[in-house]
Amino acid sequence: MDVLIPIITMSALGFLFSLGLVFAYKKLRVQEDPRVLLVMEILPQVNCGACGYSGCRTFAEAIVKGDAPANGCPVGGEEVAHQLVKTLGLEAVEVIKKVARVHCRGTTSAAKESGLYRGIFTCYASHLVGGQKQCSYGCLGFGDCVEVCPFDAIYMGEEGLPLVREDKCTGCGKCVDACPRNIIELHNIKQNILIFCRSLDRGPTARKACKNACIACGICVRACPEAIVLENNLAKIVHYKKIPQDKIPDIEKCPTKAIGLIHKEKKKQEDDR
Amino acid sequence: MKTKTFPRGIHPPEYKDITANKPIEVMPPPEKVFIPLHQHFGKPAQPLVKKGDAVCVGQKIGEGQGLFSASVHSSISGKVLSVEDYFHPLGMPILTVSIENDGEDRPLQEIEKTEEPLSLSPKELCNKVKDAGIVGLGGAAFPTAVKLSPPKDKPVDMIIINGCECEPFLTADYRLMLEFTDDILMGAELARIATGAKRIIVGIEDNKKDAYALFQEKSAGKSIDVQLLKTKYPQGAEKNLIYALLRREVPRGGLPFDVGVIVQNVGTVKAIWDAVHKGKPLYERVITVSGPGIKDPKNLLVRIGTPFQEVIDFCGGIEDGTNILLMGGPMMGLSQWNPEAPVIKGTSGILALKTPVSFKEYECIGCSRCVEHCPMGLVPTRLAKHVKYNHLKGAEEWGILDCVECGSCQYTCPAKIYLVQWIRLGKNIIISNKRKKSA
Repeated sequence: MDVLIPIITMSALGFLFSLGLVFAYKKLRVQEDPRVLLVMEILPQVNCGACGYSGCRTFAEAIVKGDAPANGCPVGGEEVAHQLVKTLGLEAVEVIKKVARVHCRGTTSAAKESGLYRGIFTCYASHLVGGQKQCSYGCLGFGDCVEVCPFDAIYMGEEGLPLVREDKCTGCGKCVDACPRNIIELHNIKQNILIFCRSLDRGPTARKACKNACIACGICVRACPEAIVLENNLAKIVHYKKIPQDKIPDIEKCPTKAIGLIHKEKKKQEDDR
Repeated sequence: MKTKTFPRGIHPPEYKDITANKPIEVMPPPEKVFIPLHQHFGKPAQPLVKKGDAVCVGQKIGEGQGLFSASVHSSISGKVLSVEDYFHPLGMPILTVSIENDGEDRPLQEIEKTEEPLSLSPKELCNKVKDAGIVGLGGAAFPTAVKLSPPKDKPVDMIIINGCECEPFLTADYRLMLEFTDDILMGAELARIATGAKRIIVGIEDNKKDAYALFQEKSAGKSIDVQLLKTKYPQGAEKNLIYALLRREVPRGGLPFDVGVIVQNVGTVKAIWDAVHKGKPLYERVITVSGPGIKDPKNLLVRIGTPFQEVIDFCGGIEDGTNILLMGGPMMGLSQWNPEAPVIKGTSGILALKTPVSFKEYECIGCSRCVEHCPMGLVPTRLAKHVKYNHLKGAEEWGILDCVECGSCQYTCPAKIYLVQWIRLGKNIIISNKRKKSA
């Protein structure tokens, strides 16, 4: 008879707990939209945060709710956007592929150093004490941007400047945030002309600090006044689409080569590699 | 007599005898001055002049914006050459007014002198100080008008006049104390009236015994207490000075107001007296030009905006083999690469050193010397590691924001770790993150 007592107690306990589980399953259940999982499968799952949400899951939830646009994931680009549109039956959207581009050509040979830098080897730390280059706007070359890139799309070139592998770059913008001097910007991949300088110093000062600085001479502005303007001693492309192809040779007459075609730059990078 | 002090701290060699016995010399105004509109803690001033304007000595050229700001005045008479970004000793380009000297040194037409400054009301005094653009001349350049108007719920009962000058090499404050004792005491009295404090304490380190004796003699019969402090770095840091003299501890993240104290540098109180009594705004200051790399070290009265190069040339130039140029003292000073940078209100000295420097950072050996010497009672090595491995929450918990960046830890570190720079980096990231969050 004694053997029955534990058997009965255990089965009674088991029944009691199973009741609890049934209750939890029926009443405390969180209703999850099945579409979130579907969207999750489409997303690249790198949790980079480029969409502005904390990770892929929160972004998926936002898409399903309709808070985020279908082209909100810059990493997935066109393909992901199309799949999202198809699965969720959203309206078709246009996707512009953006890539990071470095607005500086202050290579170790071109930009003068201000002194021997003794301290922590990160751009942020160097920037706090004024930087180890004479130019107060240019790249410091310690590679904070290389460090943060989740896609291995940016690397330090031999010339002391970060180079972007545009095939790998997804335009997540992490390097843009990491750069203390704000010289990295996201651009439409189709834009082929770029200003490789951010110096707001006056011509002579800028030239003294760096051979490749924009000296605000205005040659590019004269070649194409509707697309390029001078602002605070620096040329600025306002509407890159308005630059006619036949004017590009005129623009490329820039005495310091601070403005130019990006593909030439890319070719140089490949040679570097 | 037993000297007062605070726990921990360091004893770097003093090198004060180079310039201690040299009276303050007046440097003639330079050909051109470059006056940055942001020389203080807080918001930059807005320019009041434009290219081509004629200005007089002491004319206001930049108006302070809001509470935490200070006005800027012209230091010479002449023509404004430009108002644009120019090199600043802090490293970044800042909006600067450059003026060409006409050699006349023309003063302003109307100077507001006050014959009986001691009868002014606190509010009038504060306004005069604010108009004169006075900031703390010890180095941090905190606007003095803000210090002199403490919040109503925090009454101030004590004014401390900081005559420590604990940084090696610097003797500008020491010379001021010897040569302008009366002005300093009167300025202290004005500061006392402005804040409604009861007592004044003058704290002087015991390597300046003659200044101490002079102050005791002059302050006899007044409600001024002159105290001798042990020579130790950083005795002149606000929070440590308050602890040494009054045994009051400023709470975490607090200001000296919180314990009813205001600390003013001797140079600042002299500037207050000059501004109120003589109607002279802050356009010149005393600096020490010293170090083994300077041919003829001096204590100089220079106009704000004079390029370092001209000051150095006035002192005989730079010797061969000089490898470091500093603005400020050797412990907290800022390294300069461009000798064209101008003297600003916070410049306490210009030093040229010939010290060999090592560029390698070694691993921490866990000797705890930085912990033994930190005057704020922090654990610098721990803070640096937290920042290095990007664990900012931990750094904040370990009190990174209480660091005063005095450099004692790095001075004692046998592994030559850039402790101060790591901590500064962490502080900067934490503060900018907080700003982003609140915005």
